[in-house]
Amino acid sequence: MVRLNLMLLVLLIACAIGLVGAQHQARKLFIALEGEGERARRINVEFGQLQLEQSTWAMHTRIEKIASQFLRMSAPDARRIQVVPAVEGVK
Amino acid sequence: MNFTASPVLAPRLPLWRSRLLVVLFVAGFAALVVRAAYLQGWNNDFLRAKGESRYSRVIEISANRGRITDRNGEVLAISTPVKSIWAIPDEVKFSAADVPRLAGLLEMSADELRKRIQSAERDFVYLKRQVPPDTADRIAELRIPGIFQNREYRRYYPGGEVMAHVLGFTGADDVGQEGMELAFQADLAGKAGSRRVIRDRRGQIVEDMESVRPAQEGSDLRLSIDAKIQSQAFFHLKAAVEAHRAKAGALVVLDIVSGEVLALVNLPTYNPNNRSRLAGAQLRNRVLTDTFEPGSTIKPFTIALALEEGRLRPDSIIQTAPGKLAVGRAIVRDARPLGALSVAQVLQKSSNVGTSKIALSLKREDMWEMFNKSGFGVAPSVPFPGVVSGRLRPHKTWLPIEQVTMSYGYGLSVSLFQLAQSYSIFARDGDLVPVSFVAVDGPMQGRQVISAETARAVRAMLEAAAGVGGTAPRAQIMGYRVAGKTGTAHKQEGNGYATNKYRASFVGFAPVSKPRLVIAVSVDEPSAGKYYGGEVAAPVFAKVMESALRSLGVAPDAPMKPVVLPPESERVEESI
Repeated sequence: MVRLNLMLLVLLIACAIGLVGAQHQARKLFIALEGEGERARRINVEFGQLQLEQSTWAMHTRIEKIASQFLRMSAPDARRIQVVPAVEGVK
Repeated sequence: MNFTASPVLAPRLPLWRSRLLVVLFVAGFAALVVRAAYLQGWNNDFLRAKGESRYSRVIEISANRGRITDRNGEVLAISTPVKSIWAIPDEVKFSAADVPRLAGLLEMSADELRKRIQSAERDFVYLKRQVPPDTADRIAELRIPGIFQNREYRRYYPGGEVMAHVLGFTGADDVGQEGMELAFQADLAGKAGSRRVIRDRRGQIVEDMESVRPAQEGSDLRLSIDAKIQSQAFFHLKAAVEAHRAKAGALVVLDIVSGEVLALVNLPTYNPNNRSRLAGAQLRNRVLTDTFEPGSTIKPFTIALALEEGRLRPDSIIQTAPGKLAVGRAIVRDARPLGALSVAQVLQKSSNVGTSKIALSLKREDMWEMFNKSGFGVAPSVPFPGVVSGRLRPHKTWLPIEQVTMSYGYGLSVSLFQLAQSYSIFARDGDLVPVSFVAVDGPMQGRQVISAETARAVRAMLEAAAGVGGTAPRAQIMGYRVAGKTGTAHKQEGNGYATNKYRASFVGFAPVSKPRLVIAVSVDEPSAGKYYGGEVAAPVFAKVMESALRSLGVAPDAPMKPVVLPPESERVEESI
């Protein structure tokens, strides 16, 4: 009887420690998740800023200006454009 | 000392008193035990909630405003987080070195900063809003008591002045104020949410308790606008407005197959990223919210109605000599006598007399219906703030002279947008295409206004009008067949018409064999000598049309021969 009780007590203590450990683990994982979520938000903001930057650099007016003024390019005359008819099956 | 001998203790207490005390104590303890068990075991929600409220917090989850992109996904408007710097004046404690440093970071003078904080009798004052995050971090490093920061958003428009009138802009609180930003405010804005969390003593979130309100991100908006065509249109219109020293200019490009607005340009314009000096004229959207008397660009509708009713054929002859026509007490004039013309030539040469004669053979209610079905006097069904319907008076009030002037575009007012949309009945096979500012991707079915035969007949006449011998030979493009109509109208001023102020316009489409785009151009008060629609507006049309067709990869439908312009002596002068 006493041995059974002792065994149960040991089991109980083990369970209790396990519970505490699991809780701790869960919180640690949750903090990590939060951190990653925050990082995702930050990266999203940065993505937005980079998109903005890309749009600003790739503005048509700017490209047009650089092409015509610095690179001395010009749109080809319509006579120098050959239109190739679309071939079936080729995209 | 013998206690028992003490006389105080001598009288014996009755036994019931001690028993009562014991019973009371036991009952008290029992009550406590029951209460404790009740709180711990059965009714523990209340206490748990109380406990959690000590370390749980409700935090806001902010929602980003959606991005606006053009049809090809190029970003036109985007929000990024910035900070607003605010102060509680009573709590602000500056050290001597802080003031200039803070003022420098806020880009204001030290005096101004002091005044800002001291003059405020409120307990809250914004020092500066929309501060870039890195500047805000440096302000935070100063650790001045009483200065706080809030996260907010700022909207950036990489397209700047080119896109200004399409997109509009948002105010300080990221709420749409104009244009698409206002029209789609509800979709773009999203909803901020909140959630309840448990924080540990270091302020880290350790457990999610419940989501009070989930955040709803603003949805992205993909417009029908093509950034490339838009910037080309802006570039060419600006060049024309400057060359002709015009007061203003407007241009709209419609994809006639899908009804999408590919470009919408207004001049003068403004930079939506920096709106510190903004005048009303810059904000005006002349395409959608301004109306004007269209002049000759209305003539095709009068002629289409006559053809539709079978009264005339394109080759029917109309005598326009001697270039004058008396209607009641008024006289309709042509720029010069043109003699006998076919109906097609009336449109090609833009004869007022010819059109008036045709109009006099029509019933006024039929003319009203034709105009109304073509979209005049009805606000276009686009969700654009401030879109106007123009003015088309009920036909019962029309006098004969008014019926005549309306046939060539005076006495009614339309917006440039309506004009562009209405030409879809000629560019398509007689149906009015529904227009959209949001990408549609696919052909749209319109409402039939005239028969396909009439549409084709008018299309052929409009092609002649935009060719050699017409009023707008400068609308021609190498490699593509174009069709269109010029308009040159006196501007209304006070009660009459100003004799030296004009509005030059051109509406046309291409390629004629299989129309794809309609472009409407209007130049307001060109004052460098030239003022005819064929000389001022048509060249803009040609340039924008050419680059747009090319960028859309539309196959040419005409031989690659240089554009032929008639000699100056044979120029067709438009009747105004």
